[in-house]
Amino acid sequence: MIFNQAMECMSRDEARHLQSERLRKLVAYLHEHSPVYRAKLDKAGLQPAAIRGVEDLERLPFTTKDDLRDNYPFGLFCVPRSEVREVHVSSGTTGNPTVVGYTQADLDLWGEVVARCLYCAGARPGDMVQVAYGYGLFTGGLGLHYGTLKAGLTALPTSSGQTKRQLKLMTDFRPRILACTPSYALFMLDDARAMGLDPRESSWEVGLFGAEPWSESMRGEIEATWNMRATDIYGLSEIIGPGVAQECEHKNGLHVFHDVFLPEVLDPNTGKAVPEGQWGELVFTTLTKQGMPLIRYRTRDITKITYETCACGRTCPRVSKFHGRTDDMLIIRGINVFPSQIEHVLLQIEGVQPHYQIVVDRKANWLDDLEVQVEVDEKFFSDEIKVMQALEARIRHEMETVLGIAAKVKLVEPRSIQRSEGKAKRVIDKRTL
Amino acid sequence: MKIIQISVFLENRKGRLYEVCRLLGEHQISIRALNIAEATDFGVLRMVVDKPEAAQKVLRDNHFVASRTDVVAVEISDKPGGLADVLHVLSKEDLNVEYMYAFVEKRSDKALVVFRFDDTEKALRLLAAHHINVIRQAELAGL
Repeated sequence: MIFNQAMECMSRDEARHLQSERLRKLVAYLHEHSPVYRAKLDKAGLQPAAIRGVEDLERLPFTTKDDLRDNYPFGLFCVPRSEVREVHVSSGTTGNPTVVGYTQADLDLWGEVVARCLYCAGARPGDMVQVAYGYGLFTGGLGLHYGTLKAGLTALPTSSGQTKRQLKLMTDFRPRILACTPSYALFMLDDARAMGLDPRESSWEVGLFGAEPWSESMRGEIEATWNMRATDIYGLSEIIGPGVAQECEHKNGLHVFHDVFLPEVLDPNTGKAVPEGQWGELVFTTLTKQGMPLIRYRTRDITKITYETCACGRTCPRVSKFHGRTDDMLIIRGINVFPSQIEHVLLQIEGVQPHYQIVVDRKANWLDDLEVQVEVDEKFFSDEIKVMQALEARIRHEMETVLGIAAKVKLVEPRSIQRSEGKAKRVIDKRTL
Repeated sequence: MKIIQISVFLENRKGRLYEVCRLLGEHQISIRALNIAEATDFGVLRMVVDKPEAAQKVLRDNHFVASRTDVVAVEISDKPGGLADVLHVLSKEDLNVEYMYAFVEKRSDKALVVFRFDDTEKALRLLAAHHINVIRQAELAGL
């Protein structure tokens, strides 16, 4: 079923027309309500009237994560804070996190696009959706929740964790839809078997898995073990959260809801569009948001795009499963982690720049392991083991506070972290994604 | 009469202790007493050696974290209750022992125990007051 036939199946000409109209309004809106964008437009020498439609999109300046950081917390809001109904927070590169704000209209939009995702993945009227993404500052849980409500389905808001309870409720309530990170779907297998459940007999028939990169082999594993269809959902809090793009049953790229999120794929170095079908950085303009609309936001995600109509009937362009990032951001258990955040934590603890290395691995239970190796320096070395252990515990605690996920901390000997051309290699990602 | 202990950070990795001992041996440095405290992934090697400055230099040159710690080597009667007598004095005087370990060798009828106190100066005063003999750095070479 297609939730919004008019928007998801319009012709390319109709889409272009709608996008152009919305882009013109957006630029005028930002010029009027956002001091940050007004300054950006002035700097580019652009009056709102200069933007006639999508053909002028590339004249507009980019927005980056740094813009969000520099205007922390509410500097990019276009409405008074009292008009903001909800805020969400995700990782920033250093220091301040990334804050996003939603007006009531934005929350309605969020529900709308996630509802489209649910039906696109294969939901049917009457379904129950088990939302096993974390509820809270992370957009995963509440995004899927609002979408479930908007889609007229039944929400089972289990949030993440408490796996045995998840499985009991699945067995007793028989939800047809599961939404969580793909690694959590696989992680639940062990507990299911320990409880004597046959995963192939689970009630889940369709999964919306996202918030972290995952491979076709993981898809194969989820589909075979749980006997369900595993689809990819994409989003980022800066744009709206989950609901920016979604795979349909053909699993041939993720449909971008282009009536509200205008995509571009660019060469990350030149900032120029790459030809259709070639890899580049995905960039979004939010066409209809009110609280914190963004123009040409650099997602740093690498993908390619096609405008061919899909076999499902949707005309929305499709982006390929993601192919890495243009920056060093890691996604660990669905949480964005920047090596700079880890460095920041270490600097604050010691007051010196220690040598460190981040090792990410995906264990047999499919959950990601984050280990931070810190080279011991004479400045903080002690002959007393309890002092060293307290230091380890403090780093671990600070790390968890800042990153929002648990990290293993390992103290290592100097020079044990490999250096190439004198520069330490900061991140070792052993996962095969 | 405190003496110098060399404390070395060791990862729990094969061959690390061997590497320390090999380096010291190559430089004709003799280990008089040693102890290893271990955590899950690392350990701290503590040693009393005859040439502490040379030991610290060679270890640092080879990228080990090697620091100096003041400790006290206490002479104890090598008979039942010998250590208890000394500990009795320490506990009576409210002196905290962070850790302790025995010497590899002993001389005559005395055993030697290395103490790391939280307050080394106070410990030395008290030990002297109770006529408990401590070893001087210079004496170590002759042991």
